[in-house]
Amino acid sequence: MKTRLNLDPNVVQVARDLAREAGQPIVEMARTHTTVSVERAVLRLAGLQGADADGMPWVNRLVDAVRETAGLEHGVALPAWDALRTGGYPDLAALADAAARGKARFRIPVGEDERAARTAASAALATGIGRIDANRAQRQKMIEQTGEPPMPWIYLIVATGDIYEDIPQAQAAAREGADVIAVIRSTGQSLLDYVPEGATREGFAGTYATQENFRLMRAALDETSRELGRYVRLTNYASGLCMPEIASLAGLERLDMMLNDCMYGIIFRDINPRRTFIDQRFSRQIHARAGIIINTGEDNYLTTADAVDAAHTVVVSQLMNEFFGQEAGLADSQLGLGHAFEINPAVPDSFLLELAHAQLVRELFPDAPLKYMPPTKHMTGNVFAGYLLDAFFNLCGVMTDQSILLIGMMTEGIHTPFLSVRDLALENVRYVRDAAGRLGESFVPAPGGFIERRAHEVLGESVALLRRIRDEGLLNAIADGTFGITKRPADGGRGLEGVISRADGYFNPASDILEDGERGIPADTAPSLTGTGARQ
Amino acid sequence: MIGNIVRPYGDTTGDGRVQVSFTLPVPFGTPTEQARAEGAAMLLAAKMGLEPAMVVHAKGMGPEFTFFIVYGRVSHLVDMSEVTVAEREFPLLSSAEVNLRIRTGLGRRLVVVGGCIGTDAHTVGIDAILNVKGHSGEKGLEYYREIRVVNLGSQVEVPALVARAKAEGADAVLVSQVVTQRDAHISNAREMAAAFEAAGPGRPLLVVGGPRFDPAMAASLGVDKIFGKGTTPREVASYLAYALAPEGSGGVAA
Repeated sequence: MKTRLNLDPNVVQVARDLAREAGQPIVEMARTHTTVSVERAVLRLAGLQGADADGMPWVNRLVDAVRETAGLEHGVALPAWDALRTGGYPDLAALADAAARGKARFRIPVGEDERAARTAASAALATGIGRIDANRAQRQKMIEQTGEPPMPWIYLIVATGDIYEDIPQAQAAAREGADVIAVIRSTGQSLLDYVPEGATREGFAGTYATQENFRLMRAALDETSRELGRYVRLTNYASGLCMPEIASLAGLERLDMMLNDCMYGIIFRDINPRRTFIDQRFSRQIHARAGIIINTGEDNYLTTADAVDAAHTVVVSQLMNEFFGQEAGLADSQLGLGHAFEINPAVPDSFLLELAHAQLVRELFPDAPLKYMPPTKHMTGNVFAGYLLDAFFNLCGVMTDQSILLIGMMTEGIHTPFLSVRDLALENVRYVRDAAGRLGESFVPAPGGFIERRAHEVLGESVALLRRIRDEGLLNAIADGTFGITKRPADGGRGLEGVISRADGYFNPASDILEDGERGIPADTAPSLTGTGARQ
Repeated sequence: MIGNIVRPYGDTTGDGRVQVSFTLPVPFGTPTEQARAEGAAMLLAAKMGLEPAMVVHAKGMGPEFTFFIVYGRVSHLVDMSEVTVAEREFPLLSSAEVNLRIRTGLGRRLVVVGGCIGTDAHTVGIDAILNVKGHSGEKGLEYYREIRVVNLGSQVEVPALVARAKAEGADAVLVSQVVTQRDAHISNAREMAAAFEAAGPGRPLLVVGGPRFDPAMAASLGVDKIFGKGTTPREVASYLAYALAPEGSGGVAA
């Protein structure tokens, strides 16, 4: 892709190098620690489903029981598969049931017992990850059979709280033109330290992410994809305290994209920073393997801070997300880095500033399927003005080759969209795409002009902030309130009690497979990005 | 009094012109369906008091729905003397105004300690008010520069809450209660209020919230303020600024 902003490649390289240096200590921490949710994800990948009579999942019961007896420093796999083998239990669910009643005995096996436990656990995880591989192949086959929509993909949200209401709404949205359906989660699910079980019909402003809900929605969208001759992608949220488990369930049920940011939970949900980074690495290894495109959450910074003043924090976070993502094995084509159109429309030249920011991000990450978020902060309730602002968002999106457009609703901030509001929003984006879809090829900001200067300014500020973060340490920078406006100390927030330092003999059969295989996976299902050409 | 009577203004005084848009669950496919759909829209408009009305836009959305834009004239009159306005005892402020009020009225950051007391593990409510994330498009109290938030999370014991509030120098204590079995929310709130009273003079402002509280019960529970269902962070922040950093107070808390 040719640069339209005359970015200095040396400055860009400095920015990437600084992001790597800032992120490396975090990766070291993630490599030497585990969490209760990582260990529960191992059991989920091995096929353990279901919950006890109180609705507490068996994976929680089993991990808690192991932690209280043998400890989790060696991982859950060794003690669990040792108990399974020596205790005569037919399966993990039976073992979890016994463990919950205090009947099962756990130990760290040694010698022949250890080898036997390792072999059994590795075989179980090979089967589970084999299922993720099969889903990836199945996605590819579905795309070949039904068709790959051109970019930008149109991303719409459904959220009724009831999966059986969500399904017809999602199918209707797909028929109206949505290429990606996101099912928003119930408020507060990110703070639950377990994943609810089964199909759910009640939620607060969203629908619980559960394995069964994932399965039901994917099956419904498969049906609609065949009907429409276009593969409709499904998105959910791998964030919060159960990030690794939700990522695993997404892989097991063939979700296509997942919201998965490296710092969102820390800043906006007060989840412990260490817990977040450890969980995040494992989650991203799963996503890499499953061919899932992650969506990062930089748009959120612009809803709390001023979108002009904080523009460089978006770029810094994107570079951090890129480093952590690539380190975990994600291909560039799986990095749906986020940003947003959130500048106050009363600011002079606001559209030029938006163009500068969007084009800068496009050029910094030429192979990433960028996710562009519509205005929310300055949607005032004046639906007519909001409709106009959404049109400018769409125009900026097509001019700067954004890959995934979350479609703006004129009722943003008032209520959930009416059927007609969604229809009008799609009419808006269709008009802009048909009328100006090829404007990108002629959009060449004047050398030395306002847009180019603004892009260089933001990149310069990003480098300065990255240098500070590298010198201070990322955890200290987060504790100082560098991102968002909130201070999040490394030992504060929720979930720190679920972080465990790995012992020398730590064994995680899922990680072993993922670390081995991650770089050998071909980017088969990843969309190919060819700049403006993708749409023509 | 004729001057007190108003009606909608299109482009001429008293013309009563309005525009509405709505969707009906009727098809808009064949010419017959289209005629019936527009007829249905006209009927609805008439029943809404739009007379005459004109369907200026009709569009099928999928096989089962039609969207309409209708312009018409309403015959209704509004007597301005009949208008009543619900009074809130405190003004609703923007985050910048809240911050300014605290800076000028209190002269330091306002400290809020929050959590769910008793056995209640449902932190959805308190998190929606306290977390930066907030809800309903409004950022939580953590977003306010001049408010320092200490969120203790769920299942906080009352003695621990009292001790922490004292240690942090809390100006206000926010407690959320969702679980209401056997009126646990009532007894827990009373227990908390009594514990703060017992801890001596200069107790922090006590604020409770939850879907089942009756906002009129504050005095009987021994707390200063109750917020019910649908409360947004901005309302809570505005109340805290009003109660703890009144205008012109010059640093003396109410």
